[in-house]
Amino acid sequence: MTKTSDLGSEWQLTPPLSTRLRGMLGATGKAAKRDIVLGMSISLLFLGLFLAVFAPTLARTDYERTDPVNRMLSPSTDHWFGTDNWGRDVFDRTIVGTRLSFLVGFSVTLISTIVGVAIALIISYFRILDAVMMRFVDGFLAFPTILLALALISLIGPSIGNVIIALSVTATAGKIRLVRGAVLSLRESTYVEAARAVGVPVPRILMLHVLPNIVSIIIVQATFTLASAILAEASLSFLGAGVPEYVPSWGNIIATGQGYIQVGFHISFFPGLFLTVTVLAVVLIGDSIRDHLDPKLRGRLRTTTQQ
Amino acid sequence: MVGIITFTLVYVGPGDPAAIIAGDEATPEILEAIREDLGFNRPFPVQMGDWFWKLLHGDLGTSYFSKREITELITPRLQPTLSLGFQVVVLSTLIGISTGMLAAWKAGSRLDRNLMILAVLGFATPGFWLAFLTIWVFAVNLGWFPVIGYKPIQDGLIPHLHSMFLPVMVNSILASAFISRITRSAMLEVLREDYIRTARAKGASEFSVFIRHAFRPSAIPVATVIGASIAGLATGFVLTETIFAIPGLGRMLVDSIVRRDYPIIQALLMVVATVLIAVNLIVDILYAYIDPRIRY
Repeated sequence: MTKTSDLGSEWQLTPPLSTRLRGMLGATGKAAKRDIVLGMSISLLFLGLFLAVFAPTLARTDYERTDPVNRMLSPSTDHWFGTDNWGRDVFDRTIVGTRLSFLVGFSVTLISTIVGVAIALIISYFRILDAVMMRFVDGFLAFPTILLALALISLIGPSIGNVIIALSVTATAGKIRLVRGAVLSLRESTYVEAARAVGVPVPRILMLHVLPNIVSIIIVQATFTLASAILAEASLSFLGAGVPEYVPSWGNIIATGQGYIQVGFHISFFPGLFLTVTVLAVVLIGDSIRDHLDPKLRGRLRTTTQQ
Repeated sequence: MVGIITFTLVYVGPGDPAAIIAGDEATPEILEAIREDLGFNRPFPVQMGDWFWKLLHGDLGTSYFSKREITELITPRLQPTLSLGFQVVVLSTLIGISTGMLAAWKAGSRLDRNLMILAVLGFATPGFWLAFLTIWVFAVNLGWFPVIGYKPIQDGLIPHLHSMFLPVMVNSILASAFISRITRSAMLEVLREDYIRTARAKGASEFSVFIRHAFRPSAIPVATVIGASIAGLATGFVLTETIFAIPGLGRMLVDSIVRRDYPIIQALLMVVATVLIAVNLIVDILYAYIDPRIRY
């Protein structure tokens, strides 16, 4: 048997990652047509992405320009969401804030997923490394995410990059634990044992046999990370420990409005609404993906509805 | 391990506390004197060893700013946070379990669906924004509660509970969302078991099936999630104490971070981590009570 045909039969056993991902994307698309909640959530997320990319062009005023004459205006046709204590347009600041939320959310998700999965795959095959790394992970997970991020940022200073770093560190620890658990249980499965018996090298087993089978867990977890990273960024900025004050963020716009609650309800209300709707959309997408893609959970769902 | 991370984290930070204490006009000699005084010029392992040794003796160190013992500073801050925590845990458990059971009982109905929509909303709503909305509705517009202003329990139980009502409600509603979801799914899982069918077949009332047969086996995941929600509360308190101006540990942490008072940050992180580890331990012990088959 030649090397190539060997490869072919291995691929038939477990389809490569790209095939799986394409299949999942297709399944999600099909599900979105049937499931109105999922369809709306995905549309909302795309709308958010659109705002994030084009916000500076869409903004009708300079979102940093202060206009003392028009301060604390209630929402009107001129200023859809009103103006804040410096006379800046809240609508413009809110849509520019979308950019920051999505930037932080997606960066944290991407970094923590790639780093977390890579570390988890590596340590699952080296016992000593595993023992050391998991103690670190346990240590990090003993702290609530925002408190740890808060402490980290107080040390390295508030900036967008540092917020991303601080949130990624805490998110990665959780990822490592989750993925490691999944890898360890897969390692005992018959097909991994079979692959090892015919002499497939370890890195190849991990990439070709293990990784494609945990990808649905990783994707569901990624949506959760995205939602919590967006929330965490807003919380940090709200406390004044996130991005610097001059960068519009949903968190610090809400914090501004907090001081003017008696007269300027609109300042905090709208960015908060954007934040809630975004997080809600991401959570609902995650729930749907889990229900549609995980065969085990799908089975469980079916039995629940039968009841 | 937790201690090592806490200490290293704060140690490697680039901010020089000596420079902050001394202020802008400090000369290098003054800086050096402060470093000498606070022991910053000793090697890293010595500083860490010293910190641990003191920690084991209940000494959390001294604040850079007020120069007072941190244990002394923390004590008056404990009461508001503990009171808030106790009320929230009790209330969110009650709300979460009862709505979760209600949803499981009426599984598939409109009530179930509405409750679960609320639960997802509860997860997605940021606590500080919900706090803002409740202040606006109940304090600013209706005037039922003070906008800010905390009354300690020494002022009487009723004024204390009154001043704590909004923060407690906000945190409880958010925490109960998750508990409710888990309770529902755990109950549904258990309700499929054979012994539930047996109980129904022998003519036990639906109420008795739920409370006596189904609740206890489903309590394990619920206990886990209540434990986990306490970790979430620690974060929630930092935010709510800031918004409602409650002089608790959360506020203290935010203030210390602004002032870069590292010993306090270290001490508070240690306290939080210790409390959370203790909570996990208690949850583990509770498992054995819930399910007598679990032995340690």
